Parts: sequence; C-alpha cells; structure tokens
Amino acid sequence: MSRIQVDIFIDVCGETCPIPLIEMRKAVMKAQKGQIIEIKGTHEASRKEIPMAVNSLGLELLDDLDEGNNTWRLLIKK
Amino acid sequence: MKKTTIVLHSGDSDKLMSALIIGNGALAMGGEASIYFTFWGLNRLKKGMLAKGPLSKMNLVGLGAWAMRMRMKQKNVASPERLLNDFKVLGGRILACEMTMEIMGIKKEDLREDLVDEWGAVGMYINDSQDAGLTLFI
Repeated sequence: MSRIQVDIFIDVCGETCPIPLIEMRKAVMKAQKGQIIEIKGTHEASRKEIPMAVNSLGLELLDDLDEGNNTWRLLIKK
Repeated sequence: MKKTTIVLHSGDSDKLMSALIIGNGALAMGGEASIYFTFWGLNRLKKGMLAKGPLSKMNLVGLGAWAMRMRMKQKNVASPERLLNDFKVLGGRILACEMTMEIMGIKKEDLREDLVDEWGAVGMYINDSQDAGLTLFI
C-alpha cells in the first residue's frame, strides 16, 4: 500500500472517552474538503465510536490500522 | 442527525459528567446540542463550582467524591472544565434557568456568564426541544 498523504495528524494516545471523539470532530471542523485526517489512539471504545461518527458526518473512513500495544490509527477523508 | 437537548437538574458530579459527555458525543456525531442548567444543576455554573460537588451515590461525606476525582485523574478522564470548553468549541449551547436564579437568589454575576448562551425558563427549553430527536433529564 502506498503511503497516504496526511494533512492533519492527531495523537490521542492515553486519552479516554469522549476526548478522542471530540478531537476528531475538531480536526474535521478545521480540515478542508478532501483533506485526510489521521488519528492515533489507545482507547478501544473510541476506535469503535469514531467510525460511527465518520458515517454520521458523511465522511469516509479510509483505513483502520493496528499498531500493536493496543494502539490504533484511523484515516478519515473529509 | 437531529438535535439533542439535555436538562441538567442534578448538581452531582457524576451526573454533570454524564450530561457533558453525552452532549459532546452528540456534537461530535454531527448533531446540535444544548444543556439546560436548572435547580441543583445551575449551582455548578457558579464561579469555581464546576470542579466541586458531591456524588449521587457513595459520596461518604465527600470522601467518595474525592476518591472518584483521584481515580478519574489516574485514568486520565477529562475534567468538567475541559469538557464544557470542548462542548462550546463544537458549537454546543448552554442555557441557564432564570427561575432557579430567582428561587435560589442567584445573580448573573455569580455564574460563569462567559459560558451561558441563553437565559430563560421552561419555555426556552421546550422551544429548543421541538426539533430535537433526543432529550434527556439528568
């Protein structure tokens, strides 16, 4: 897989619900249409709820990656 | 996604947290949200009162509330102040109950006026809820 060009990166490792969701929303507000947001975190519940929000906001989830050590990365396209 | 309107009637810390988390969740999912602070809930909008308050259960004369604050800090749970700020940043609205202010003798300057978007009574809450898909009484 070729590396996707990320426009906005947010690190919410160690943060718990609902902070990763809130920070994702803030990044989406800041992003231009077509830009890619990468969010990296460790809270498992957030990994499930962020894609729900992505769907509800009418955005596109490009990828959901396992980084090991309970760390995940989500790629969202606005 | 439709609007979420929350009545925060309780001044208990656990319930304040619930209201703030649900409100932020609704905004993050792309909806609108408001929290109507009334009765004991309005007390928490007084200056310096956001971080202070009892628990609804196992308060143990404040010891339980203290233990819960420690535990939440340990688990890196966001503070009410941070959640309220995020709520505002995401476009959430704070409504303050004027009738509670009259009953309890609270003046506008006693409250965090910087956070309040609208001042009013039950009509304001009902009017705000007419196009809501979710409304909660906490």
